[in-house]
Amino acid sequence: MISDQSKKEIDFWVKKYPEGRESSAVMQALTIVQKENNGSLTNELIKEIAGYLGMPVISVQEVATFYENYNHKPVGKYVIRFCHNISCMLNGSDDLISYLEEKLEVKTGEISKNGLVSVKKVECLGACVGGPMCQIGDQYYEHLTTKKIDEILGNLK
Amino acid sequence: MNEVCFKNLDKENPASLATYELTGGYKVWRKILNGELSPDQILAELKTSGLRGRGGAGFPTGLKWSFMPRNQEGQKYVVCNSDEGEPGTCHDRDILRYNPHSVIEGMAIAGYVMNATVGYNYIRGEFMEPYYRFEEAIKDVYDAGLLGTNIMGSSVSFDLYTHLGAGAYICGEETALLESLEGKKGQPRFKPPFPANVGLYGKPTTINNTESFASVPEILSRGGQWFADLGVENSGGTKCFSVTGNVRKPANFEVPMGTPFSELLELAGGLKKGRKLKAVIPGGSSTPLLTAKTAMKMTMDYDSIENAGSMLGAGSVIIMDDSTCMVKTLTRLAHFYYDESCGQCTPCREGTGWLYRMLQRILDGNGKSDDLDLLMSVQEKIIGNTICALGDAAATPVESFIRHFRPEFEYYIKHGKSMVEIDG
Repeated sequence: MISDQSKKEIDFWVKKYPEGRESSAVMQALTIVQKENNGSLTNELIKEIAGYLGMPVISVQEVATFYENYNHKPVGKYVIRFCHNISCMLNGSDDLISYLEEKLEVKTGEISKNGLVSVKKVECLGACVGGPMCQIGDQYYEHLTTKKIDEILGNLK
Repeated sequence: MNEVCFKNLDKENPASLATYELTGGYKVWRKILNGELSPDQILAELKTSGLRGRGGAGFPTGLKWSFMPRNQEGQKYVVCNSDEGEPGTCHDRDILRYNPHSVIEGMAIAGYVMNATVGYNYIRGEFMEPYYRFEEAIKDVYDAGLLGTNIMGSSVSFDLYTHLGAGAYICGEETALLESLEGKKGQPRFKPPFPANVGLYGKPTTINNTESFASVPEILSRGGQWFADLGVENSGGTKCFSVTGNVRKPANFEVPMGTPFSELLELAGGLKKGRKLKAVIPGGSSTPLLTAKTAMKMTMDYDSIENAGSMLGAGSVIIMDDSTCMVKTLTRLAHFYYDESCGQCTPCREGTGWLYRMLQRILDGNGKSDDLDLLMSVQEKIIGNTICALGDAAATPVESFIRHFRPEFEYYIKHGKSMVEIDG
């Protein structure tokens, strides 16, 4: 179920677009609902969003499966999205991703045993001068080293 | 350095409205609201300035704006492309974070010139810090009475909104961006019709990149000729470059067009101790790779980089030193395009997969002697056969990496390992 609070947040986006163009808010609706549902989407939620925005379910499903940031399987409480593209790679992102996998005893794409963290390799996040870098929630973490990763992980509770 | 888009970088609270106004911000906009500047005057200044689209294509901004049917009745739109995602590029992020008002003023001016009363800034979904910064800036401008309907009692109206993406490189392509803004999959449209005639919601629309909009207020404030003179012939003004990869101090720099590549490299701290320059991608991962020798001779402007055999693109300079394995690096780029192909055109959808899988096979030590010819043949068949430029962008690195470093690829295929001892 989409909560009233989420509906209010969706309405904030709907208002930005002309009347009859509510579907422009679908990407944010999916983002908001996903956040409320602990980081992933379900078919039921997608149906509910379609109903709320007056869109065919298939249109919402298309958007939900096209864009990278929507998850269709449960994820950890925190998702570490680690860039492995060229500028980060040239500065050692691969070694840091391996370090993270060993330390958390997870492979990229998996959730840690305690459910706290999942790790995802992602393409360029547009912070190349700060590489190697990763994103957790709204926050970017740049110029990463093994020491910095230890600190970041220590703060995830 | 830092004369246009980054001019407030060294000030306290560079992103605030107060700082922006203190350094001449919204002066041009106020002149417009006072009826002291006509659309034709603005178009003339922009043409004089030589400003070309900073997103990668380099199309003259003034000319693009003049294509809009400004006297046609009905809604028209201005859209800013802040979907920055070309590997190696991150200067629009800094413009949004540290000079958001230049983008707002640039968009408002564009709206006035093209008779478009609504603007959207499409910011990539991961850029939450820039998004909050930009939203705050918009709110401050509304509070100051500089946006809205009949602004300050004038006949000028402009409303501005942000839209957030959700992770798709292809949405940086302008018609894919429009599809996405309409709440659909980001799949590029056939052109023509061009967005200036049929754009957002089917209405006339002009889309410019963040840096292009951010340059406009300063150009109009100090004059098109002033901006043109900062640069060189055919490449007016300054350009923001992201210098990344194997340099000591990767960073964004706004320097005059025509700055020697060697100077830019020095600004980024030069190479790490004991390392030699091996290759350079000058304009982002979609532009052809250049060897060190060629790169050291070029200057950072459209013509010089084109003569060197590549493109200025988005100004994303990726430096590779002699510890870089070209097979591994190319495979990583091939994976990117495979991952980001929207799937609409067969040559790109299937071709990017072929390229990636073959390169990964070589990297795994299972390459075959005719793989390089096959790779060249596959990339050739993608080029020019797709709706948008992503296909060409995927083929370009494959062609240029193999052309310049074929022996390195042959060695890898023959021995199942890299000829580069230290893998960057």
